[in-house]
Amino acid sequence: MTQTLAREAPASVRRRRLTGSRLLYGYTWVVIAWLILPVLIMIAFGFNDTKGRYNQSWDGFTLKWYTRVFALDDLTQALVISLVVAVVTMLVAGALGTGIGYALGRYRFRGSGLVNLILFATMSAPELVMGASLLTLFVSLGVGLGVVTITIAHIMFSISFVAVVVRARVLTLDRSIEEAAADLGANPWTTFWRITFPTILPAVMSGMLLAFALSIDDFVVTNFTAGTTITFPLWIWGATRVGLPPQVNVMGTLIFLVGVLIAVTSSVRSRPRRRG
Amino acid sequence: MGRLRRNLAPYFLILPGGLWLLLFFAIPMLTMLSLSLQQGDVVSGYTFTGHWQTYLDAIGNYRTQLIRSLIYGAISTIVLVVLAFPVAYWIAFYGGRRKATYLFLLLLPFFVSFVLRTISWRQILTDDGPLLGPLKHLGVLSPAFHILGTPFAVISGIVYNFLPFMALPVYVALERIDPRVVEAARDLYANPATAFRKVVLPLALPGVFAGVLMTFVPASSDYVDSAVLGSSSTTMIGQVIQAQYLTNSDYPTASALSFVLMAVLLIGVFAYARALGTEDVMKVAAR
Repeated sequence: MTQTLAREAPASVRRRRLTGSRLLYGYTWVVIAWLILPVLIMIAFGFNDTKGRYNQSWDGFTLKWYTRVFALDDLTQALVISLVVAVVTMLVAGALGTGIGYALGRYRFRGSGLVNLILFATMSAPELVMGASLLTLFVSLGVGLGVVTITIAHIMFSISFVAVVVRARVLTLDRSIEEAAADLGANPWTTFWRITFPTILPAVMSGMLLAFALSIDDFVVTNFTAGTTITFPLWIWGATRVGLPPQVNVMGTLIFLVGVLIAVTSSVRSRPRRRG
Repeated sequence: MGRLRRNLAPYFLILPGGLWLLLFFAIPMLTMLSLSLQQGDVVSGYTFTGHWQTYLDAIGNYRTQLIRSLIYGAISTIVLVVLAFPVAYWIAFYGGRRKATYLFLLLLPFFVSFVLRTISWRQILTDDGPLLGPLKHLGVLSPAFHILGTPFAVISGIVYNFLPFMALPVYVALERIDPRVVEAARDLYANPATAFRKVVLPLALPGVFAGVLMTFVPASSDYVDSAVLGSSSTTMIGQVIQAQYLTNSDYPTASALSFVLMAVLLIGVFAYARALGTEDVMKVAAR
């Protein structure tokens, strides 16, 4: 686009436009650097040979925190709880959200507007209010807070995200393939499992990954529904006042690497299919 | 029979998830509304008295924090539009084959817990930290200069945390613009500025709208940034609500404040939608 425009433009304008896009290019990189700076600081301080309780100033390079990553029992336990909650959330929200997303994408039915409205409401309501209202529900029912209430809450706010991702995929499905399957004598059940499900599976998977990511990182809603149970973000929150141990940086770094790895491999795997 | 089953199919598919959302999203809102009108305490229980006074007291006592939160939220949102638009613009029009890579880089921070990233900022901005320490040694800044605890620190924390939520919807809108439309404007003798103002900007507005929707509400109700990066003079309403629930266990006041916050934010969003004259809010959101 720029080239066609530039060809017709006089030299001075072309030069100005080039400087403009260079400026934007530099600016984009400044913003990206700003976004990544705290991540780099976190990774770096996982290698810091800190002496005291505070991991604040640089005291030399060490790998010892990587060998002692699980040395703090309560931190390890918090991470395990976070992982368990995230896996359960991923599975349940994945199933429930896929149902809603498929129905909204495939069928026209009375009440679909209301369902869309509720999905939109759960995605745009302040997290704080969702957490607080769940707390009032659990308190008035006399339900004890803990892993179960955290998981219930996480499933609640993840369903909509899965549903939206799946709905988008179902809406763009080529229905002629399903019709072809039916023409060739497949019954609806076979058609669904052999044709429809494999085509929406990538969307279901990315919805589930999103649910996992939302759950493991959630702080606000968890803070309201956890009671005395401690998840990974809650542990970090509680430890900030006394100083974060380097183990937190190491765990953060490992989670970061695993997340990036999954994202990169899934995008690389889906790429050739799109081209072919 | 088969036809009836097909007609009911969407309802069966929606039922489990819908029930979950009803039980744990819709009903809790009602419990909260009811609790805000009750009186009593945690030990002896609550009774419904329709005590509207709680609302008036809550607003009266925490007016400053409420207004401050809305101001911080609004400033953050405006800064976000200004900061994110050029990035989204550059990636959409000049990103070429690397578009996906640039978007991935924008999302990279999300792989680190948001509490951890905010704490990382505190480490960077602390009074003798890696940023201010050297500047103070060189005498560029006075020793008394500090960033932590100021509204600037809180707002930049919010902006930092929500930037991708603004950049992505704006990018999606810009990416959809057919370059030929811009070329047509240029062929009709619009200069670049006019082409941008009359063609690109109107087509990007739905994206900006979605971005504002996704950032203004969470930014105004945020309490992590002001708790980690701020001070007692930057307390936001989220911190008040959190403390009322979890520390003071004053559930009626906390519930009333939550409702006021949500109502104000919803009114703000709808007023914004009206003012922009965009189509139905839901239509934009459903995209």
